[in-house]
Amino acid sequence: MIKFVPQLINLFATLILMLSFAMISQRRIATLINIFAMQGAALVAASILLGYATNQPDLYVSAGLTLALKVILIPWLLHRVIRKLNVRWDVETLINIPTTMLVGIALVIFSFSLALPISRLSSSMAGGSLGIALACVLLSFMMMITRSKAVPQVIGFLSMENGLIFAATTVTNGMPMIVEFGIALDVLVGVLILGVFMFQIREKFDSLDIHNLEALKED
Amino acid sequence: MSILGLISQLMAIVVALVLAPLLSGWVNQWRARLQNKSAPGLLQPYRVLRKLFNKESVLAEHASTLFRMTPYIVFGCMLLASAIIPTLSTDLPLSPAADAIALVGLFALARVFISLAAMDVGTAFGSLGARREMLVGFLAEPALLMVLFCASMISRSTSLTTIVETLAHRELAIYPSLLVAGVAFTMVSLAENARVPVDNPDTHLELTMIHEAMILEYSARHLALIEWAASLKLFAYSCMGLALFFPWGVAQAHAPLELLLALPVLVIKLAIGGVLLAFIEIASAKMRIFRVPEFLATAFMLAVIGLLVNILLGVA
Amino acid sequence: MHVLFFVLGIPLTGSLVLGFTGHRDVARNINVAFSFGTFLACCILTAQIIADGPVYVWDQQFFIDPLNVFLVTLTAFVGLTTSIFSRPYMRVEQDHGKMTPPRMRLYHGMYQLFSFTMLLALTTNNLGILWVAMEAATLTTVLLVSVYRTAASLEAAWKYFILCGVGIAQALFGTVLLYMAAEKVLGPHGATLLWTSLDAIKTQLDPAIITLAFAFLFIGYGAKVGMVPLHSWLPDAHAEGPTPVSAVLSGLLLNVAMYAVLRCKVLTDGALHSALAGQLMMGFGLLSVVVASFFLSRQKDVKRMFSYSSIEHMGLITFAFGMGGPIANFAGLLHMTVHSLVKSAIFFTVGHATQKAGSQFMSEIRGLIKVNPTVGWGLMLGVMAILGMPPFGIFASEFLILTTAMREQPWATPFLFIALGVAFASMLVRVLPMVFGVTSLKPLAHPPALLPVFIHLGLGLVLGLYIPPYLNHWFVQAAKMLGG
Repeated sequence: MIKFVPQLINLFATLILMLSFAMISQRRIATLINIFAMQGAALVAASILLGYATNQPDLYVSAGLTLALKVILIPWLLHRVIRKLNVRWDVETLINIPTTMLVGIALVIFSFSLALPISRLSSSMAGGSLGIALACVLLSFMMMITRSKAVPQVIGFLSMENGLIFAATTVTNGMPMIVEFGIALDVLVGVLILGVFMFQIREKFDSLDIHNLEALKED
Repeated sequence: MSILGLISQLMAIVVALVLAPLLSGWVNQWRARLQNKSAPGLLQPYRVLRKLFNKESVLAEHASTLFRMTPYIVFGCMLLASAIIPTLSTDLPLSPAADAIALVGLFALARVFISLAAMDVGTAFGSLGARREMLVGFLAEPALLMVLFCASMISRSTSLTTIVETLAHRELAIYPSLLVAGVAFTMVSLAENARVPVDNPDTHLELTMIHEAMILEYSARHLALIEWAASLKLFAYSCMGLALFFPWGVAQAHAPLELLLALPVLVIKLAIGGVLLAFIEIASAKMRIFRVPEFLATAFMLAVIGLLVNILLGVA
Repeated sequence: MHVLFFVLGIPLTGSLVLGFTGHRDVARNINVAFSFGTFLACCILTAQIIADGPVYVWDQQFFIDPLNVFLVTLTAFVGLTTSIFSRPYMRVEQDHGKMTPPRMRLYHGMYQLFSFTMLLALTTNNLGILWVAMEAATLTTVLLVSVYRTAASLEAAWKYFILCGVGIAQALFGTVLLYMAAEKVLGPHGATLLWTSLDAIKTQLDPAIITLAFAFLFIGYGAKVGMVPLHSWLPDAHAEGPTPVSAVLSGLLLNVAMYAVLRCKVLTDGALHSALAGQLMMGFGLLSVVVASFFLSRQKDVKRMFSYSSIEHMGLITFAFGMGGPIANFAGLLHMTVHSLVKSAIFFTVGHATQKAGSQFMSEIRGLIKVNPTVGWGLMLGVMAILGMPPFGIFASEFLILTTAMREQPWATPFLFIALGVAFASMLVRVLPMVFGVTSLKPLAHPPALLPVFIHLGLGLVLGLYIPPYLNHWFVQAAKMLGG
């Protein structure tokens, strides 16, 4: 069984990457939140697996934290927000979806080539996933840039955190516990603040379109 | 070539011819059942074929030789494709031609001819269908090639028989790139076989036809051959998917017992695949035409990712 | 109980207390009281450091050395003076109806919490906690920037959050890579992320990993310093938030982000044997100086103009640290200190001026010297100081930086001179009418708090002429540690 662990972790890594791509091409916001929750679940599974294989109980705690936060609490908060704000669709993206896909592929190739020399140096059994983690981070970043509504931007931000935690988990068998707790706290507070902001943006502009937030420009 | 090889090749051809309409019937039956409608009989496609063969063919006045030859060409291409895909055995005398790229080329040949024939008679529906078919094919072909490359990266060869042998007889391992490629392949085969969500095989509405629009002018034996070719295409794609992703049970060379076992295994695998296809069809809504490029672009990207993941994770 | 616990504990308690009582009139004074308490604790800490030298606190989790001791005191000091400034300022804002009681609670609570996160970031030895503190500082300032709840402030806060959030995420990736490199040498446990442990083994860290790590860390923390091209949050945040917030952003947050970059640079220089880190810093620093001064020349809003000036000065500081060497590092550290003091002083006067005129557009502010001479003189002297007039401290540090550049990086000097010149001309052209023009403005309802302005400017002047021996000693030690 133990020899399957690196392959399973690679499988979860690929799953996380696929879900990042799915998020880019997704238009319905409720589905976007669900895909994000699935990504969190894949991350939890990878953490638990790695914890079991390397006998580090810290990873179980980290997995539990991710589960509570990224799979249960934050998606629930986001669903509540979109129900109250009544945002369902994000039909217009700044660049069309096939072009987004092509740019995404370029980003994936870039991150893989960047990470290849480093992942060979990793002492963890899942070191090959650094490239995938970096690719997820860059893809989420692109998602934040190309979306015109507030909620997908927030989800892109959270997905980026997912990629980073994944990088930390696979490449270094998790960060020290206190740092993980700090990061989790920051993410939670960040989401709460963003949620509050979205309500206020909606109040001020009657829509969550980010194009309304372009008044402050260089004149 | 050995006698066993010859027998397995002939068996493959016969099985393809016989089972292909059965597969279509199976899928139709499950679609109806899952939608709570009363299902047509399992042997309905055979009856349709028999009916069509007994009718008199009617051709348009301006129909050229191309129009008359196309059904035979298309049927021949599909039959050849089914023959070279290792469905029952990897010991096929035709296997030197069973290159993955050649296979894609066969499908492309069929597509070109049927599009030309559609435009041949000069009706509006024909040109409409031909244009849409070309759009789908233009995007689906690279995706299919990428999927095949993905599989060949693992076995270091583009020959389908080599791929099957390598995957079937290696110890059980999880290849993430194959998972991704599998998803991409499903999407491509939905597009190429004119299934929901890309094209509804039951429809005759102008806005939604792709495949049906091209064959409106055909009748009797021509139509029969084309319908048979369509079900052979579905059969070929399903067997390709099984060969690439679930190759266990395919017989090797010089193993007559395995050959006998391969047939029931194939039937079971196809049956399960057919049910899954029916599930996908009823769970999706048909996409608008201009969303089809996005769908296929996604498939292409997934296949490329599978390739990249293969390189990155070094799974050999 | 080490005095550091008071340094961190007082602002934390303050934020809790003010979170509940922040809307009362007395809250303003409570805010000043807590800031004063923090400042006292920092002074005691500094005295201890002068007497005993660098110190570890609580099992090596906190570390005070010459690089961060003066920053700690500076942070507490500017926090104190800004809270004094904020007393009458926020009172006027409340009278004008721009602040409601819940928002006052938020404002005061977040102000103290922000001080806490700054001090935590400065004193922690753990690079992971440094990241957490920087992110927390971002979150508190986001709430502070948006406190007026106008459309523009929401936009500014949103942009700030997204841009800095993205930046900070890159910094997290850099931290992870750093941890990965360190784990190979030190093994996987909490002590691996301690800066002092990493500093001890920095030559053994793998160069490939560290290169990538520094790139991400520089992008991340650099976005918070206001490096071009990730600077676009800075002008908006300064212009749309309340002026005390602009003062602490320019005066404190940029410095702490710079400090984070410096800590990483020390490790990178040790691990790589090339000057990559320095070259990156020089390049982006120079770019920031040039771009900022050109944008500055087109500004119509006074707070935006001064925020671009902040970007320009931070660019200059980055350039100085990029060059490295004892003189340039010394100059950079001095510049950080004096810029913080002078810029916050400017924002204090600008705050009062904008309140008087009721607008932030420079065309509508005129004749400050007639209506309120102290505000007018404060602004005039502040602008003189920030533009690098002798004998203020900025002149000394800019002189050192430019002469070092002429000696070691002559290709950069034309750019620096042109940029500084453009900034000089544009700012002077805009400020002179503001101070000396003809006006019909009326005095403010509450007397402005101008003591902080003159204290800051006085300190800026003093530091230009004379640097106290222990400060000099720290600067020299820190410059040596920063190497180059």
